[in-house]
Amino acid sequence: MTKDSGIPAAREPMSKQDTKLRVKNFDEVALGYSTHQAIKEANRCLQCKEPFCISGCPVNVDIPGFIELITEGDFERAFYKVRETNGLPAICGRVCPQESQCEKLCVLGKRKEPVAIGRLERFVADYVLKKGTIKVDKVAESNGQRVAVVGSGPAGLTTAWDLAKIGYKVTIFEGFHKPGGVLVYGIPEFRLPKAIVQQEIDSITRLGIQMKTNMVIGKVNTVDELLQDGFNAVFIGSGSGLPRFMHIPGENLNGVYSANEYLTRTNLMKAYLFPEYDTPIKSGRRVAVIGGGNVAMDSARTALRLGAEKVFNIYRRSRTEMPARAEEIENAQEEGVEFIFLSTPVRIIGDGEGWVKAIECVQMELGKPDKSGRRRPLPLLRSEYTIEVDTVIVAIGTDVNPIIPSTTPDLNRDQRGYIIASEATGQTSKQGVFAGGDIVTGSATVISAMGAGRKAALAIDKYLSDQRRKER
Amino acid sequence: MAYISEKRELTPEIKQLVLSAPEIAQKVKPGQFVIVRCGEKGERIPLTVVEQDEEKGTLSIILQEVGNSTKKLGSLEKGEEITDIAGPLGNPSEVMNFGTVVCIGGGVGTAMVYPVAKALKGAGNRLVSIIGAKNRQLLILEEQMRKISDRLLVTTDDGSYGTHGFVTDALEKLIADGLTIDRVVAVGPVAMMSAVCRITEKQDIQTIVSLNPIMVDGTGMCGACRVTVAGETKFACIDGPDFDGHQVNFEELLRRQRMYLQEEKIALEKENSDK
Repeated sequence: MTKDSGIPAAREPMSKQDTKLRVKNFDEVALGYSTHQAIKEANRCLQCKEPFCISGCPVNVDIPGFIELITEGDFERAFYKVRETNGLPAICGRVCPQESQCEKLCVLGKRKEPVAIGRLERFVADYVLKKGTIKVDKVAESNGQRVAVVGSGPAGLTTAWDLAKIGYKVTIFEGFHKPGGVLVYGIPEFRLPKAIVQQEIDSITRLGIQMKTNMVIGKVNTVDELLQDGFNAVFIGSGSGLPRFMHIPGENLNGVYSANEYLTRTNLMKAYLFPEYDTPIKSGRRVAVIGGGNVAMDSARTALRLGAEKVFNIYRRSRTEMPARAEEIENAQEEGVEFIFLSTPVRIIGDGEGWVKAIECVQMELGKPDKSGRRRPLPLLRSEYTIEVDTVIVAIGTDVNPIIPSTTPDLNRDQRGYIIASEATGQTSKQGVFAGGDIVTGSATVISAMGAGRKAALAIDKYLSDQRRKER
Repeated sequence: MAYISEKRELTPEIKQLVLSAPEIAQKVKPGQFVIVRCGEKGERIPLTVVEQDEEKGTLSIILQEVGNSTKKLGSLEKGEEITDIAGPLGNPSEVMNFGTVVCIGGGVGTAMVYPVAKALKGAGNRLVSIIGAKNRQLLILEEQMRKISDRLLVTTDDGSYGTHGFVTDALEKLIADGLTIDRVVAVGPVAMMSAVCRITEKQDIQTIVSLNPIMVDGTGMCGACRVTVAGETKFACIDGPDFDGHQVNFEELLRRQRMYLQEEKIALEKENSDK
């Protein structure tokens, strides 16, 4: 008998909104577990004495601990177990790539499907959020020191939460009119409902954190000015920023969007509710989305919901190399997105009046692996072909936003312009200034940004408590 | 939130609002803009800062009611609040002593050229200004521009005031009269800026234009405001809004500005039917 005998090989499936219906609305696609399902799935956990899953989690959630509480039916305590180290469980349960983190290391996964940790995390979070509000975390007595957090995305929220709990007075500066960063402008409603994001943000800011929106740091105040204004330390979690374009002819035609613009109009500005909301968007009838990441999947699925008849996803490598989560690719496929692999656009063709009429692509083949370890795509001679489209969404990544780096002269940057910060502490070349998330690593995940925020909070506390000792 | 401490109706369609925004007022420099938003369902609207008062912590913006969003903004009264204001955004205009500078404002563009003209005068330039509008009723900031300029020329398209003609006619006349111009700054409709640039290019006069493409975030994040300058794509919000006018692809700018004309109509129709 092995330890896992008797445990169902397959995880408990999660129901989803019907495909035909869901492409016509922006409601959440994945519907979550029922109580019964959650307990059933929680019972699949082996409760390993030395669990590997925890080490796969950038914020080290006590995974077996919270799952055990689910098996006992104590969902509330299970939630607060997660909440000990993760301030955003309803968000993480939905958007973390668990398959390449905690679930990848699940021992059960060697012979069967790993425990659906993410779905369980989501379940306990939704359970508590549905019941009302999250209890306010215990806050230590104020130590009188102030920390400025630049950016209210996952990195900044985590740093702020950690520091507020141990007695720091934290102010978050957000450039947009709404807090949340990529959680609000980037990830669509149908994958991450904004009401849930708001609830979790509120649960963090309730600890006496001041949230100042409409504050573009580097413009209204520089990092140096924040330090002069009485902040004892600054954490920069401003995200990545500038959308990358392909630099091919026709890219400035009307109807060509960066994924950032397409998603910001839809998610943050709610253009899908135009004209009730003022911000418009060109929904597009035939849409081409360029790129193979999660942002490309989000854009393609958004286009369908905005009413596109046909959405193509054009990716230069093959499905195996796609950086998007398998789950998202599957969702996109179910919803009718047509994948065109091994193809790269060479130009966008206009209709003579400045609007997109078609996109010309060239076929690719995969050569030897490149630096990323993925096989490098190479164009095939004379393999050009054209697809008729009226909208093109470019989702090929972002470059660093120069506003903060260029106004903080003694902040060292790498060749690509990203802020250089210690991976272990977030410490930058500038005293008292820490950084983490996409502004350091380039586009990555919500949870890796949260992990960086956690490490920076620890380092900021060490830096400032040393300072307090010296002053004494 | 920003409280409206003053409102002036410059023309029936052009309004000036003085807003309390102390942090921005302390920082803003000529040529920079803010993004404002009215109401929770509102759009983000970029507007040049015309004047600021650091002590009072106020700044003023001038807007022309063209679409639904600017109409909403223009309908706000003194004492009311604007939901959001962020800034200062964009790069400040280049201000130094160039010698003789001609500042040109067309229509509501006069509001945008005014702070730059004032700063250029302050930097010791000889300032010749040209402002123009369709007719006398639509002419704005004449007094203010006259006060700061060594010489002010006014044109109206219909001849109802000043010289009959376009601002470009006045510019051509200055050149024909032998004025040595070291720099031209032009802000106004795309067609006007483009026409100014065609004239100054022949004369090899450095010309700066301030561009106003469609924007969403105004911080480099979305790329809606991309313009082609010297064959390269630039983002007006972080690379501009000022550019070398001789290098700008105006045709593309105009086309991109018109991207949502259809939606503008829908929004206006809805607004009217709601009333």
